[in-house]
Amino acid sequence: MGGVKQFLSHFFVTGPFEIGGDVSIGLVSLAILFVLTRYKLWGWLWRNWLTSVDHKKIGIMYMLAALLMLFRGGVDALMIRTQLALPNSQFLGAEHYDQIFTTHGTIMILFMAMPFIFAMMNIVVPLQLGARDVAFPYLNAISFWLFFFGAMLLNISFVIGGSPDAGWVNYPPLAELQFSPGPGDNFYLLSILISGIGSVATGINFLVTILKMRAPGMSLMKMPMFSWAVFATCIDIIFAFPALTIALGLEFADRILGAHFFTLNGGGNPMMYVNLFWMWGHPEVYIVILPAFGIYSEVVATFSRKRLFGYTAMVTSLLLIAIASYFVWLHHFFTMGAGADVNTFFAIASMFIAIPTGVKIFNWLFTMFRGRIRMTIPMMWVIAFIPNFVIGGSTGVMLAAAPADYQYHNSYFLVAHFHQVLIGGVVYGMLAGMYYWWPKMFGFILEERFAKWGFWLFNIGFYVCFMPQYPLGLMGMTRRMYTYPAGLGWSSLNMISTVGAFVMGIGFIFIVLNIVSSIRHPVKDTTGDPWDARTLEWSLPSPAPHYNFARIPVIDSRDQWWEMKQKGMTKPDDSTPLAPIHMPKNSGKPFIMGVLFFIAGFGFVFNWYVLAGLGLLGVVITLFARSFDYDTDYYIPVDEVKHSEAAFGRS
Amino acid sequence: MGGAAILLLTGCSPQQFTVLNPVGPVGRSELQLIILSTILVLVVIVPVIALLAYIVVRYRDKPGNTAPYQPQWSESKKLEFVWWSIPIIIVAILGTVTAEKTFALTRPPEPTNNPMVVQVQSLDWKWLFQYPGQKVATLNYLEIPTGQPIEFILTSNAPMNSFWVPQLGGMEYTMPGTQMRLWLQADQAGTYQGRGANFTGRGFAHMTFNVVATSQDKFNQWVQKVKATGTPLTEAGYQALVKPSLAGVISYSSYPMGLFENVVTKDGGGMGNMGK
Amino acid sequence: MAVDVDHSVVKSADHGTMLEYSTEDGALKILGFWFFLAQDMILFACLFATYLILHNRTAGGPSAMQLFDVPGFAAETFILLTSSFTYGIATFQMRNNRLKSMLIWMGITVLLGLSFVSLELKEFITYVLQGATISRSAFLSAFFTLVGTHGLHVTLGIFWMISVMIQLVKRGLTPVTARKAFIVGLYWHFLDVIWVFIFTVVYLTGVMK
Repeated sequence: MGGVKQFLSHFFVTGPFEIGGDVSIGLVSLAILFVLTRYKLWGWLWRNWLTSVDHKKIGIMYMLAALLMLFRGGVDALMIRTQLALPNSQFLGAEHYDQIFTTHGTIMILFMAMPFIFAMMNIVVPLQLGARDVAFPYLNAISFWLFFFGAMLLNISFVIGGSPDAGWVNYPPLAELQFSPGPGDNFYLLSILISGIGSVATGINFLVTILKMRAPGMSLMKMPMFSWAVFATCIDIIFAFPALTIALGLEFADRILGAHFFTLNGGGNPMMYVNLFWMWGHPEVYIVILPAFGIYSEVVATFSRKRLFGYTAMVTSLLLIAIASYFVWLHHFFTMGAGADVNTFFAIASMFIAIPTGVKIFNWLFTMFRGRIRMTIPMMWVIAFIPNFVIGGSTGVMLAAAPADYQYHNSYFLVAHFHQVLIGGVVYGMLAGMYYWWPKMFGFILEERFAKWGFWLFNIGFYVCFMPQYPLGLMGMTRRMYTYPAGLGWSSLNMISTVGAFVMGIGFIFIVLNIVSSIRHPVKDTTGDPWDARTLEWSLPSPAPHYNFARIPVIDSRDQWWEMKQKGMTKPDDSTPLAPIHMPKNSGKPFIMGVLFFIAGFGFVFNWYVLAGLGLLGVVITLFARSFDYDTDYYIPVDEVKHSEAAFGRS
Repeated sequence: MGGAAILLLTGCSPQQFTVLNPVGPVGRSELQLIILSTILVLVVIVPVIALLAYIVVRYRDKPGNTAPYQPQWSESKKLEFVWWSIPIIIVAILGTVTAEKTFALTRPPEPTNNPMVVQVQSLDWKWLFQYPGQKVATLNYLEIPTGQPIEFILTSNAPMNSFWVPQLGGMEYTMPGTQMRLWLQADQAGTYQGRGANFTGRGFAHMTFNVVATSQDKFNQWVQKVKATGTPLTEAGYQALVKPSLAGVISYSSYPMGLFENVVTKDGGGMGNMGK
Repeated sequence: MAVDVDHSVVKSADHGTMLEYSTEDGALKILGFWFFLAQDMILFACLFATYLILHNRTAGGPSAMQLFDVPGFAAETFILLTSSFTYGIATFQMRNNRLKSMLIWMGITVLLGLSFVSLELKEFITYVLQGATISRSAFLSAFFTLVGTHGLHVTLGIFWMISVMIQLVKRGLTPVTARKAFIVGLYWHFLDVIWVFIFTVVYLTGVMK
């Protein structure tokens, strides 16, 4: 009895926050179960969503998960800021604070930014290319469910077993068993390893899609800029993620098998981890920002009613950034004694990235120049992005000057910088993309009133929150301190920063309200092209039929749909006869595989190797079961296509 | 200027900007680069934001807007040449200065034949400073003479940390199994804050220490005083320090021979290049 | 030899289009697999880098020189290289629509793969019995992880190959089964290339010092 009690008290984290978490998770789960059962939605959920291999639905699921994770990571951020609002604060102890900033960073990068870019990629790329799905729809579903169950694995650590607390970079030896015993750190490693498999698969999937599935006539130099951005991102994913897999895998071996890769004894070398981690970590920054750059390019052209300026330079700069991102990782640790020659190389390489990035900024400005700018919500996010990112990018150049970095490194100056580029760059981009493509996803437009409140509060809150952090860094405040004494001059700036964070939080609530109120009173998009836009996805009805294109279009221009409209065509050419459409069948296996990976991961976290082994065995069995399954696709007959096109008012 | 005014209103005194108030040549040199890079990036930031404001106002889609509208205009070799050049020039200037300063920082700030050496160990969660020339050691505070380069040799016998005294100059990591070098110098007497800058667990926020810079004479007196009144650091005493805990300020009149070197090499680490 | 092949496809194969590439789906999957191999290569590159950093860090434990047994790793190398060759013959037979012969050569490849894995297991067990376990030193951690990851790849490849053989027996040579056989082949040759690097970087360098 006593043993069981002791086990349970270790298994379930006990504390006021965690019990609150337990209760709210329990209540929300019960509510969801009740609604699904009451309205008999289980079958609908399974058939239409959980087993779907449709890129549009997978994209929507990614986006919902990303918003949910943005909420979780945001709550973490507010708790961090509350703790730091006052000197010598007792709101959170060191133990809680360490866990919260660790999960905040991990969730925001890997379980918010990544799924948000995957959401946009999934929703848009095949539609922009004139394709009916991605190259490997079934693999796409696997990617999603591995991400999803990886994210769940990290999130349950809040209430079961304890959260990781070694920082989102998880540097050894701190993250080794000697200094971080218990399951917390295992949650970090396993959740990222599992979702990382899915990320690599997504990279391969979209690279093949973009290379091989463009509509006839769409040469690479006629491809829309967002697809180009995704292309560059995929290259980075494929060549960067293996380094993360190895870094975390070896650390995992240290913790589970007693290996000595990065330990304090046995000959381990912690710096090897730091190198491997940032060989992924820096390209990762570009993995999340490049799709945002793509979104800005689409939105700015549409709402300036003008062609994107300097298309060739935009493509060149994307590729330059994608490649250069592999030669800058050491700037994350200039102060680790690599030597003057090495530091100089990486400093100049890092500054070099500012060149193509600066060019992009000018090209966006000159897309608006001599255009006609419509202040829609997506466009507002783009316009807010430019000054924000210019400042954030400039402080990045300042950080790249290695000797100056000796004074900024790990200080709040750095914290302010990367939040400015990641929020001002990535989050603004994803929100712009969400507002822009929302009608294409759901068939209605998000209303503007709450959206504007959300926009202004989030923006003002951003500057109030993060601008004070630059001077805090110059006053010597370092990141990851759970508390600080009074009398250093830090108190008032920290208080201001906290106020700003809460303003951002309120802004987020308005964005959620905006979505809820738009669902309740939808403004239907009946045209399929509510923004008078330029690329192929807007030639389709909103939402697009599950086969996307009844006829694959033939492309002769960069802004294909815009040029068609200029010629007076308001719907795609329908002179050619319809043919049966080849489509992949839905499958439950990706979901099941996600569950099995989750079980295996959970087993490893608690060193329950039988459970872990069973989970992995299940994964292998699922893989082979798929290999023997030849009933994976079907044809939609012409009559059905005709019928459904007619329902959209097209024949 | 506006930013500075706001900062003053919030009650921060200029002296509290430790990075901007260096008291030695290393910190001053880094500050020069900070100022130069700030000016260079402002050359971009200000015009870009002004241009953005102008464009957004001028080209709004309003009825009666007479500004030119050229929906097909999307290429201009001349303009593109301009904005490829601007960042290239800035990066070239900043890169040159950066390279020069990066190499300079690996050398002592002033020529010296027989520099004073301080061996630094980060432990969980305390700083141990050994003075091999003076054969004394301190815990969680540092006493240095003014007006001469100090060679800090850094390692860790705990998770990696980073040794940072902003008013003297930038930081350097302390890494297990590795020793690294950092040159610093104080030109004026005073007490300066130092702290760990890389997260090492629960006690991390408390890993602060004061650096007391005094004249050479006063420093010598301090050494004599520590030798006379301090307690010796024994091997057992060191092992107790290695255990995770917080500790106050302590002076040690002596320490075990080869303590620092053993910590560096015990795990196959080398006494090698020290980041030259 | 009654092989169930669509004749239009065979005809196009005569014209230089290979069966595995004959459908759009097949071509996409093969290209995708090339990208998979590219990322797998980076994965191994990271493991090699780690090994090179750590290979002298024996922490007082046995070194590469003391452990490695020349006849043992020479045999492993010979067997694996041969298996790559035998799979090449299997692919050649596939090109000529000789299913039975193809299956025989795939079977030989599987047997060679199995003997490679058992030799490697025997090698590992010998080391462990001498106390040279993965937790003994950083060198051994890096060694077991690098070579073991390759070994796991080979093991998975064996099961995969068997599953493709079963599908070939059940369904004959179709664009789908041909594509699967071709992709397993790519995987197998790739593992062979990785082994050549392991042979050079780990074993040869290890015994030559």
